[in-house]
Amino acid sequence: MSTSQPSSVPAGAPAADERLAKVSFFKSFLQRPEVGAIVGLIAIILFFAIYANQSMFSLAGFMNFMQPAAQLGILAIAAALLMVGGEFDLSIGSMIAFAGIALGIPLVLWGWPLGLSILFAFGVAIVFGAVNGFIVLRSGLPSFIVTLAFLFILRGLTLVGLKAATGTTQLRGIQEAAGDSWLMQIFSGNAFEGLFTWLASMGLIETFKNGAPKVQGIPVEIIWFVVLAIAASWLLNKTRFGNWIFAAGGDPNAARNVGVPVARVKIILFILTAMAATLVATITVLQFGTADASRGLLKEFHAIIAAVIGGCLLTGGYGSAIGAMIGAVIFGMVQIGITYTNINQDWFQVFMGAILLIAVLLNNWVRRKAMSSR
Amino acid sequence: MSTTNQAILEMVDIEKHFGAVIALAGVSIAVYPGECHCLLGDNGAGKSTFIKTMSGVHKPTKGKMLVSGKEVVFQSPRDAMEAGIATVYQDLAMIPLMSVTRNFWMGREPTIGFGPFKQFDFKTANEVTMTEMAKMGINLREANQAVGTLSGGERQTVAIARAVYFGAKVLILDEPTSALGVRQTSNVLATIDKVRKTGIGVVFITHNVRHALAVGDRFTVLNRGKTLGTALKGEIKADELQDLMAGGRELADLSASLGGTI
Repeated sequence: MSTSQPSSVPAGAPAADERLAKVSFFKSFLQRPEVGAIVGLIAIILFFAIYANQSMFSLAGFMNFMQPAAQLGILAIAAALLMVGGEFDLSIGSMIAFAGIALGIPLVLWGWPLGLSILFAFGVAIVFGAVNGFIVLRSGLPSFIVTLAFLFILRGLTLVGLKAATGTTQLRGIQEAAGDSWLMQIFSGNAFEGLFTWLASMGLIETFKNGAPKVQGIPVEIIWFVVLAIAASWLLNKTRFGNWIFAAGGDPNAARNVGVPVARVKIILFILTAMAATLVATITVLQFGTADASRGLLKEFHAIIAAVIGGCLLTGGYGSAIGAMIGAVIFGMVQIGITYTNINQDWFQVFMGAILLIAVLLNNWVRRKAMSSR
Repeated sequence: MSTTNQAILEMVDIEKHFGAVIALAGVSIAVYPGECHCLLGDNGAGKSTFIKTMSGVHKPTKGKMLVSGKEVVFQSPRDAMEAGIATVYQDLAMIPLMSVTRNFWMGREPTIGFGPFKQFDFKTANEVTMTEMAKMGINLREANQAVGTLSGGERQTVAIARAVYFGAKVLILDEPTSALGVRQTSNVLATIDKVRKTGIGVVFITHNVRHALAVGDRFTVLNRGKTLGTALKGEIKADELQDLMAGGRELADLSASLGGTI
């Protein structure tokens, strides 16, 4: 970009403008979408530190609340990416049940090997994710309505399919049919069992009287959860596709005008969300040994709540995967933590609703403050 | 800055009909490198239709378009962009919650690394953004501040800097000063001047005669889908332009009754 009159052009960009004060760490922290979630997490930890039995914060207690947090978190991370991209998917809860039978029926009734059955379930998820996205983008209807339809369609198909195949609403015998495949290690049970046994033998973690560790390893869903959170965060913040997700959600017209393939981005996000639901389905089906028509009930709302607590804007174009991860942890802590207190469990939903409201108000306020200060 | 230069973009007797409505009835302008061509017109004069024809959104019903002397037919806005005709619309194609860098590179992000580990090269992107903005006279605090924290004039400048950086030969600005305050306006006018000095032909659409006279080299008035010729700088006065825009005496009469304040 050379010009004929270099004298009128200042040489290069100023590395640091001496006229401007350095932005305080606090201010730049407030501009992060996760800020509400982090504040909420600290508040929740303080609350349970005071009111809950201290065994909640032992290693066993930690695994106890992280396990449901991880299952929800896997969904929430995908839902967060989709929300940043400007769309919702209300069908993911039903997708968990549907993918469960898409895995269970070939495995148990058709005698397919486990690996092929898992691939089949993911294939089904990719098709339905793409169909969701395609209808939304072609019709221009809000994704809220289209995926609400699929919430019922997929739940109903699961019921019809299970009744036709087994006569009941549950398919049993998964673990027997799966056998001793290495895939069982990846999708169920605990990881790092050897490490935990060694830690127990060194006296570094709590053990039972016979010397076996109280916590045998890290449940695999927690590993999946953390790995996916890091991967999604990298995708969103550090890649070209991530920039397209922000652009597609922030202003699809503006994005299209500068050449962002908005439709492709959104369809890929719908597929990723359906695949996340299938991953949760695979983990739960192998863990419980059954595929159940009622599995994943209300999970779509829980995932959206976690994403919103994590700083996602309902209008799209703003949010974070790490925030959704923290949102899911808050969810798990409240759900399980309440059993460590004297509070009646029935209060759980009241707590979650209140946290959602507070998080949204806080996020809203912080964002307005961050955007207005020049 | 002489007329012996070859025009970068020439529009000859452009007509555009929408069914029975004749939006443009023979408009001709020529844009020269390093010049600011002001296109003036009141609301409904056909400015928007004309811009969209230049930028490839509409295909003209009649008339010729020449880029650097060669006749072209644009099928889409992308064709126009590839020919070096960049348009900055009033909505700017900017996303307020995204950073300046993310907006600047949107759809054209530089990447670094291989295969699955390819990532957005923020270091290069930030540096180029800061440099390009500095060339336009705006020193950003940081390249990753949100566009929403910038003033209207600064946002306009980001959009202009983006178009220039990505190789615009003709830059069409759709009423860039219409929503701005006095200081912001003069900043944008100064930016137009800087862009012009790099050899780019600027088409500046406005209905404010004073803004046009501040930076314009040529003036074309659009009225009821027609042009009444192009005037060079110094050949025409502010009230003449105003009269032409209003298309007759009635505004002059109105202006007189208001004490010449419009």
